[in-house]
Amino acid sequence: MSAPLLEVEGLDVAFAGPRGLVPAVRGVSFTLGREKLGIVGESGSGKSTIGRAVLRLLPETARVSAQILAFEGEDLLALQGRALRRLRGRRITMVMQDPRFSLNPVMPVGEQIAETLRVHRVARGAAVRAKVLEILEAVQIRDPERVYRAYPHELSGGMGQRAMIAMMLIADPALLIADEPTSALDVTVRRQVLAILDDLVSRRGMGLILISHDLNLVASFCDRVLILYAGRVVEEIRARDLQHCRHPYSRGLLASLPRLERPSASLPTLQRDPDWLNGPVYRFGEEVPA
Amino acid sequence: MIAVEELGVRFGQDRDAVQAVEGVSFRVAEGESFGLVGESGCGKSTVLRVLCGLQREWRGRVEIAGAALSRRPPRGFFRGVQMVFQDPYGSLHPRFTVDATLAEPLAIHGLGDRRRRVERVLEAVGLDPAFRYRFPHQLSGGQRQRVAVARALILEPRVLLLDEPTSALDVSVQAEILNLLSTLRSERGLTFLLVSHDLAVVSHLCSRLAVMRAGRLVEQLPVETLRSGAAAEPYSRELIEASRG
Repeated sequence: MSAPLLEVEGLDVAFAGPRGLVPAVRGVSFTLGREKLGIVGESGSGKSTIGRAVLRLLPETARVSAQILAFEGEDLLALQGRALRRLRGRRITMVMQDPRFSLNPVMPVGEQIAETLRVHRVARGAAVRAKVLEILEAVQIRDPERVYRAYPHELSGGMGQRAMIAMMLIADPALLIADEPTSALDVTVRRQVLAILDDLVSRRGMGLILISHDLNLVASFCDRVLILYAGRVVEEIRARDLQHCRHPYSRGLLASLPRLERPSASLPTLQRDPDWLNGPVYRFGEEVPA
Repeated sequence: MIAVEELGVRFGQDRDAVQAVEGVSFRVAEGESFGLVGESGCGKSTVLRVLCGLQREWRGRVEIAGAALSRRPPRGFFRGVQMVFQDPYGSLHPRFTVDATLAEPLAIHGLGDRRRRVERVLEAVGLDPAFRYRFPHQLSGGQRQRVAVARALILEPRVLLLDEPTSALDVSVQAEILNLLSTLRSERGLTFLLVSHDLAVVSHLCSRLAVMRAGRLVEQLPVETLRSGAAAEPYSRELIEASRG
């Protein structure tokens, strides 16, 4: 593996609630090179919070602490103001779940993409428009001129999500965090969008964190997977070995999925074990912890 | 139990008119579980909305339990046909307790003995009677969807229309709700019409299904054909291939 792009060690996030602090992420550690890392978990497991903590997008009520939270060696928790803005949207970008809510509804799509270039002074003048059209073409939008002028509501979900991906890639970031980028899309479109993302990420040698609740999607797309339970990583596994995961939670999740090729009268449901909250972490290549 | 013939639904007028459903025909036998699959905008939910009376403008012929669905059906008609919606966060009244939510259909249809009926239906969906006094925000997603199922069941319908009943839920919770639906169907001899984009969910719950595209039925097939991937129409095969991941 190449030198780490992102280093996370002992990341804790807690939210201040009426009855004290509520932990959302607990002691999460991982490193990321120029590779595709999947973070999988159910709702409330803290997967999106990790992505937001890296981008420092969490609200004031969140208490974030970590032994290390570094991007290209730079301490993310120490960054303020302009230094932080230089990073966000330029070096680290994020694709959100639903283009209907994450694109500006009253601004043409092309202008929104162009904004990234202007704000970060990547390009100016006539070059801006040319670059936007070029990236729209790269995400396989057939009629980039039309899409440039279109408002978000004039695009389908798949087109909108491609426009989002274009916006996040145009400044040539080193790390892309994709938070459920395809769960608002139909299965057939999902594949195309993922293929585009895969192609661009590998071609540009970027790092990618794919956050998802969909185990099979992550397994087919990523190199490595972290499985999150109640804010903790309970298992780290090579994506291609996901079917052979060892932690009872991971196994329970996989078993609870209905399968096309395997009919069954009833599905096994997950029996949650309180020990998982503080139990051992299963890592690939290591013995099952006692 | 359900017979739909040449169903057509059109939205909008003149130049802006959209033919959402066109020439859709299918039959579902009593006690059978039938799936409708397709991508967003293919018209699958619109078909369900016609069957439960939410969509009043339509053409064609619809029969449920031997009675034809008219433009203004009598109230009693819908006692026999109930719907479970996709998102329990959106489909339960946030300021109604579970008890009020479940008692409302009973009041509408003039049914007595409310307390006992509410308790019985909560038991049927696996919720403790103490849940009666909770509000939706005091329930988990799975518990909320159980309440939505209970609300549909409390009128003792013969047909349950399920519109993506598990797509807003985590997979572990989805498994619980799917098991609950299977159990209820076999215990009560219910007829299911399930709309879903998830072919694995459809194959788990249904014995037959229809593939829809752009408002039309492309193909009807038994679930075995779905499993083997041997659908006749190229579009169905594409959909099956895509959902294998």
